[in-house]
Amino acid sequence: MNLFQEAALVAGKDLRIEARSRVTAQQILPFGLVVLLLFAFALDPHRGDLTNVAPGLFWVTVLFGTLLAVGRAFSIEAENGARDGLRLSGLDSSALFLGKAAAVAVELAALEALLTVGVVILFNVGLNGVAPLVLATVAATVGLAATGTLYGVLAAGLRVRETLLPVLLLPVVAPVLLGATKAWEASISGVSGDAWPWVTLLGIFAVLFTGIGMLAFGPLLEES
Amino acid sequence: MTLLNPRISRVLGVAALVSLVALAVFGLFIAPPDAVQSDAQRLMYLHVPSAWIAYLAYGVTALSSALYLWRRTRSPVWDRLAGASAELGVLFTAMTLVMGSLWGRPVWGVWWAWDARLVTTAVLFFLYVGYLALRRVPAPLETRAKRCAIAALVAFVDVPIVHFSVDWWQTLHQQATVFTPSLNAHIHGVMAFTLWLGVLAFTLLYVYLLDKRYRLETLEEDLESKELAKAIEERVQGAGTTAPPEHVEVGIGR
Repeated sequence: MNLFQEAALVAGKDLRIEARSRVTAQQILPFGLVVLLLFAFALDPHRGDLTNVAPGLFWVTVLFGTLLAVGRAFSIEAENGARDGLRLSGLDSSALFLGKAAAVAVELAALEALLTVGVVILFNVGLNGVAPLVLATVAATVGLAATGTLYGVLAAGLRVRETLLPVLLLPVVAPVLLGATKAWEASISGVSGDAWPWVTLLGIFAVLFTGIGMLAFGPLLEES
Repeated sequence: MTLLNPRISRVLGVAALVSLVALAVFGLFIAPPDAVQSDAQRLMYLHVPSAWIAYLAYGVTALSSALYLWRRTRSPVWDRLAGASAELGVLFTAMTLVMGSLWGRPVWGVWWAWDARLVTTAVLFFLYVGYLALRRVPAPLETRAKRCAIAALVAFVDVPIVHFSVDWWQTLHQQATVFTPSLNAHIHGVMAFTLWLGVLAFTLLYVYLLDKRYRLETLEEDLESKELAKAIEERVQGAGTTAPPEHVEVGIGR
């Protein structure tokens, strides 16, 4: 088996657990929609504020979703010594990382698809400049899944993991929030040209942290 | 186990104190007030050196973490040094932010502006607050050291990305005065001397505190291992046998 086949095996396992437990579908996705609803309460929906700040709200919600998805990705292995099983499986640790990050990315993509429909319908956002919009979203999702998985394994097994993960992860992914929001704003307002530098930044972030994750996942899994 | 010879440490402490007093005298009385900002500009003598020392401290943390992770140089010394330096980095970053805010109020009219360098510094602060939180999580020393070293390096890699991303916001902060691309300092005379004096004073203070913090770290580790030994002894005596206990959990555990 090569690296990607091994990664697909791990991602398949996580997604199969997800398909059976439906935690993303029944908890994380509704959570995202509730947050959108709460934003409408917090910011007056009648003056068009929501439409203007929709990209930022969208990505903040995705960040919250990332915290939940990452927490879930590692809590499924907390019981029955499943993490030991993973360690002893003989799979390459880079492949383990890629597989787990890919599963998180798929769950985030589902959340983003739902939230996109949400902001279009609830916040009256018109989607323009589809190419930079999609590319920015893909790059941001990969970046978030990679960093999330890296910090997820760092915090896995600790008693304080739920409270530690946000304080570690959110400052690191601050550039993703900034870049993705700016790319969305530029695309939506029809000036796609302004979106491309941000797409590049998001791409660099995604590649860099995927690389770091592949290197660091093994040693961190040993210690978790 | 200390980083520095106690005698050197004492000399360093005295030197830091003397240079801080000299800095206060120069900064408050001898250096002339700024033509535009008048006395408010005097905050520069604290604000700029503390920002530089914060960067130095994070640099030391990153370097020590890398040295810990590299097998040939792996030693608990690097782990302790990384932790001690990060703590000082957070301290100096907090000072930079607070003094920048105090300076911004009279000069810009606001306590806080969403300017690139301010935001980068704030993110930097939270990156390392997270790192310090991770260091406080109880775990066996080697486990903790490896985990923290990786986290420190990841945070360090993130800094330039944060910097570039927020730099694309338009900037309201005054441009760098000393390290301009041509390296041609824009301030001269007594003001420049006072700024460099500030850098010297803060550097001495940093090294002095680093040594103290390092020592504290070794004492904490010592205490922990002594408590462990004591707990084992009590268990053994409590069981009334000479057989060692199979498993002893210390502290709040993981």
